[in-house]
Amino acid sequence: MPPLARRNLFHDKIRLTVTLTGIVFAVVLIVVELGLFVGFTVTTSSLVDHSGADLWVTSKHVPYVELGVPFSERKLYQVRAVPGVADAQKLIVRWTDWKRPDGRQESVQIVGINPDDPMPMPWNLVAGSVADLKKPDAVIMDEVYKEKLGVKELGELFEIRGKRARIVGFTRGIRSFTTSPYVFATFKRAQEYASINDDQTVFILVKVAPGADLKQVQANIADSVKDVEVFTSSEFSRMTQFYWMFTTGAGVAVLLAAVLGLVVGFVVVAQTIYATTMDHLKEFGTLKAMGAPNRYVYKVILTQAAISAVLGYALGMVVSAFVVHASQKGGAAILLPWQMAIGMFFLTLLMCTGAALVSISKVTRLDPAMVFKG
Amino acid sequence: MQPAIAVRELTKTYAEGAASVPALRGVDLEVHPGELVMLVGPSGSGKTTLLSIMGCILSPTSGSVRIAGKETGQMTEKELPQIRLEHIGFVFQGFNLFPTLTAGENVELMLDLKGVRGPAAARRAQELLAQVGLGGKYASFPSDLSGGQKQRVAIARALAGDPEIVLADEPTASLDSHTGRTVMEMMRDLAHERGRAVVIVTHDARVMEFADRTIRIEDGLIAPSAGESASGRDVPLEHIRPHFGEYVHNWLTPQPAQ
Ligand SMILES: Nc1ncnc2c1ncn2[C@@H]1O[C@H](COP(=O)(O)OP(=O)(O)O)[C@@H](O)[C@H]1O
Ligand SMILES: [Mg+2]
Repeated sequence: MPPLARRNLFHDKIRLTVTLTGIVFAVVLIVVELGLFVGFTVTTSSLVDHSGADLWVTSKHVPYVELGVPFSERKLYQVRAVPGVADAQKLIVRWTDWKRPDGRQESVQIVGINPDDPMPMPWNLVAGSVADLKKPDAVIMDEVYKEKLGVKELGELFEIRGKRARIVGFTRGIRSFTTSPYVFATFKRAQEYASINDDQTVFILVKVAPGADLKQVQANIADSVKDVEVFTSSEFSRMTQFYWMFTTGAGVAVLLAAVLGLVVGFVVVAQTIYATTMDHLKEFGTLKAMGAPNRYVYKVILTQAAISAVLGYALGMVVSAFVVHASQKGGAAILLPWQMAIGMFFLTLLMCTGAALVSISKVTRLDPAMVFKG
Repeated sequence: MQPAIAVRELTKTYAEGAASVPALRGVDLEVHPGELVMLVGPSGSGKTTLLSIMGCILSPTSGSVRIAGKETGQMTEKELPQIRLEHIGFVFQGFNLFPTLTAGENVELMLDLKGVRGPAAARRAQELLAQVGLGGKYASFPSDLSGGQKQRVAIARALAGDPEIVLADEPTASLDSHTGRTVMEMMRDLAHERGRAVVIVTHDARVMEFADRTIRIEDGLIAPSAGESASGRDVPLEHIRPHFGEYVHNWLTPQPAQ
């Protein structure tokens, strides 16, 4: 087939620019919104997902990780005694108050761990080490929140609920979905920072023995330890994600914005692709008069849309990559997993060919008389 | 000899909102291979409508349309393109070339529809352009061609489909008289040398002399005065193929050539 679709598309450079701008705009909008959604979702459960634990033991009716309720830490020994449990450790996650040097209070979430545990928390350190937490009053926080918490450098002193806290390390990329940053401390110190009784913990994290059945161990713990609930990490992760994304409506808003991006993008793209078809309507009439079946004409129009889609997608992804990269330094990470990148390609293709279908109806009902007009 | 086109009791009524416009009100016409028929008549008399129906791009309201012996009057939208592709070539007043394709590619588009592709198509397009005197214009875009050249590309394109029937609506209206004559000579050769049935709608008095037969349409009917009589006078008898000479004798006014 002579390159009618390509030529028609590239013939009018201004129209091509408008079409591509529309597609790029739509692609970037959707990628950013969906990427925010993915970024948010991953962020809400990052603590659970990075815990390295197989099971989470909580008090009854704990809906998500930020809302743990303290219970007796003696349960730790009961849990350790359950068959199939390789190791169990205490963990505190609790809201508390951070006092900046200028006197302003900031809400933070204190995370209390045992630095000697093989638990991979905190992770991604860029300054200091987990072992430094064993120093008196030591805390580790993420560099993203330096400004928010009024932190400039290692060694600085602050107050958490009136108790001294000294910065001994920084992590990179441990974001909190809420406005309260995570601050890591030893388990003992966290009890004090969060005003938890010194015989209480908020969670017990369980590592299952190699070869043991996860579901079985989960049931075993639930049977032999009173007044607790046991979740697998993925269950607890999903509960937490669901709470923040859907129960609070935060995720719904972002998803809605993504859908809006899709609709706006579709309209813009449909409009320009429709206009391109209209520009060449007489040619399509001639093509039909020459004996081309409708499907031949559709192929030209759809090829045109597909070329636009491929170009728009490629450009859109380049722009998106910049946006995604820039977001890594900010408070809200936009994630662009490869599945989304591939999905986006098909979405763009669908959007463009769908838009082309709008104009195809015009070609189907072509008045043949028009080909005879001078 | 089977006529290339035969229409019987053809009517066409356009629905114009609530009103209906009768454009054709019972037309009988046969066009044979090797003859050039001109349709003349006032504006709005139904010439384009008749040409469109004969070209199978418009369905009649009633009546019969036979193209190369096939009844097409009742064919569906799906079947008609195939009939057009097999039997009919169009030449338009506005040339209707694809402006983003070169002259050669315009011709190749028709060949593509016919299933001829690749180097064979390029070769054939070259040949066809050479036949209309545009051998060197394969790579030229329509915008770089004169009106006459464009119309010749359009003729080459129509010929690429190898149609028995060539239909043209005002093919010379956008051309100066010299160029118009050149185009008409080509159309006449199509009929006389290659045995195509050629039907041309025209207002252009300068080219009427090329007609083997002139049909006058008025108010959706063939005007009785014209039709089987006059205007074949300029066609030398010896140009008409002997095998339909008998038919020709019925309407050709015996006059000396030129
Ligand atoms: N698509 C159409 N819809 C309604 N009326 C039409 C249409 N095409 C032509 N007509 C009417 O049919 C009549 C014949 O038109 P046409 O065949 O174009 O005449 P001509 O080519 O002889 O000028 C005119 O009255 C014209 O207004
Ligand atoms: Mg007309």
